[in-house]
Amino acid sequence: MGKKIRVLVAKPGLDGHDRGAKVVANALRDAGMEVVYTGLHQTPEMIAESAIQEDVDVIGLSILSGAHLTMFPRLVELLAERGADHIKIIGGGIIPDEDIARLEEMGVSRLFGPGTDTRDIIEFIRKSCADSVS
Amino acid sequence: MANLDYLEDLGFPGEFPFTRGVYPTMYRGRFWTMRQFSGFGTARDTNKRYHFLLDHGQTGLSVAFDMPTIMGYDSDHERSEGEVGRCGVAIDSLRDMEIHFDGIDLAKITTSMTINAPASILLAFYLCTGEGKGTGFDQMGGTIQNDILKEYIAQKSWIFPPEPSMRIITDILAFCSDHVPRWNTISISGYHIREAGSTAAQELAFTLADGFAYVEAGIAAGIDVDTFAPRLSFFFNAHLDFFEEIAKYRAARRIWAKRMRDMYGAKDPSSWLLRFHTQTAGCSLTAQQPENNIVRTAYQALSAVLGGTQSLHTNSMDETLALPSEKAVRIALRTQQLIAHETGVANTIDPLAGSYFIEAKTREMEEKAQEYFRKIEELGGVIKAIEKGFFQKEIGRAAYEYQKAVEERRKVIVGVNRFKLEGEKLEIPILKIDHQVELDQREAVRKLREERDNDKVARELERLKETAAGPDNLMPVILDCARCYCTEGEIIQVLKEVFGEYQEPPFF
Repeated sequence: MGKKIRVLVAKPGLDGHDRGAKVVANALRDAGMEVVYTGLHQTPEMIAESAIQEDVDVIGLSILSGAHLTMFPRLVELLAERGADHIKIIGGGIIPDEDIARLEEMGVSRLFGPGTDTRDIIEFIRKSCADSVS
Repeated sequence: MANLDYLEDLGFPGEFPFTRGVYPTMYRGRFWTMRQFSGFGTARDTNKRYHFLLDHGQTGLSVAFDMPTIMGYDSDHERSEGEVGRCGVAIDSLRDMEIHFDGIDLAKITTSMTINAPASILLAFYLCTGEGKGTGFDQMGGTIQNDILKEYIAQKSWIFPPEPSMRIITDILAFCSDHVPRWNTISISGYHIREAGSTAAQELAFTLADGFAYVEAGIAAGIDVDTFAPRLSFFFNAHLDFFEEIAKYRAARRIWAKRMRDMYGAKDPSSWLLRFHTQTAGCSLTAQQPENNIVRTAYQALSAVLGGTQSLHTNSMDETLALPSEKAVRIALRTQQLIAHETGVANTIDPLAGSYFIEAKTREMEEKAQEYFRKIEELGGVIKAIEKGFFQKEIGRAAYEYQKAVEERRKVIVGVNRFKLEGEKLEIPILKIDHQVELDQREAVRKLREERDNDKVARELERLKETAAGPDNLMPVILDCARCYCTEGEIIQVLKEVFGEYQEPPFF
């Protein structure tokens, strides 16, 4: 057994819809991962800082406010600047298909839409972390 | 049903305890208000949508603000970046509000505004907009949500800590009692509690507990309960479990009436009435096969009508994907019109009364709520329970349970965990908000700051600061700030300096 997968669940921006973020945080924890939840109203700077401090493998962003095209690219950029681009970024929320394609091109690993089964998220994280941790 | 006394427990429609409805004639006298929640982009964009909705037979307006407006930031603030006009309309000052209601007679239409922490400011912008059109404060009717307790509990759009927030609310109650008598000062909301994942019983209990807390705060501030209680209204969710929802509305009316009369000593019968708006459950909609959402929404709307709602918003089929397109919102409005004009259900009042199942369910909801009231009391009241994270944990747990039930297929969601379509392609139009909105709005605020009388702005903001630090009612000075085009963000900033900001400890 290697070390546990560490995930930062984060809510960037101004909206307070934290149901999805908390459900996912609970599901990941029940799946045996170490989960840190940032709480609400975070800036990408705050999220990058927490991710590095907490030495996580994955960041999960939850955005329902339509600000995804601002928040995700900024976080990708910040992690790269700070030499932390090994941290994978995933996300969920109200994000139109064509924006999903754009964001995945920009370096976001995977976006999950409404109706996603949390087991799919768990499986995705396990697979993408398979190289570094068990 | 055993132990059910018709007059004591149900009463005729329009009679205490109002289980069967708040008016004796209900929809035979007048339909519910068809009020679609709407707002996006700039004030100009939303004004156009309002004219569209009014032209299609909508009978009341309901404003959705963008996140910066909800959180008290101007469009040019750095925290607003990427969020301007995205999930509602951007309003920075009285100037935007004037554009927003261009060509709309505020004496003829009522407007509901979903705004909480900065409610006093947006109300001031609205009243001043009417003033500019020659409409008196006493001629304007509408609602501000102004329910800060459910923000701490569920919706999480707070600015100030609970204590100063409650002071702002009692200032609004007192001011409107005297000057804006047709205004509904708090829309005590269960909607967001339910959307955050609560059960129906939790929605009922937590919402009414918040209502009691406002009444107690008003009484403690020395305001006569009968001057403000008739202007309190409620806002509930209409979720999927058809009969449970109807029972929830009926139980809510009965609990409120008894409590208002017997515990708070309200003597005016209109203080006993629980009047409510309903919105169908956004969280029940699916991104998969979105057209199915039309059907879900129709059943939910029917439960609200059979439950005696005073106004109704029906969700659009595309709301899990984006803000609604014109086509989607028109179908949503038509859903209400179909119920009103075609189904015949509006010809009768509380037709399910006396059914064993409905009456037993109504009582069950009431008993579950009473149990929660006792728990909240034990924790020291609503604010103490918030500080202890009681509501937040209860709701979080219920949301996770719901998700597990769906994933384990104990709960069937058509099109999601059963009856799926393979390789489904989206076939409905999606509304897009152009980034240009944000650039235009930033430019508009910059121009406003250049053109207005900035000496006057500075003087009024200073006066606001002094008033906030003292005991006087904040509303008159906020109105003066609005009149000289102080921005929302400037007013909030001054209040933050006096009141501080709220922080929630993160937990899940």
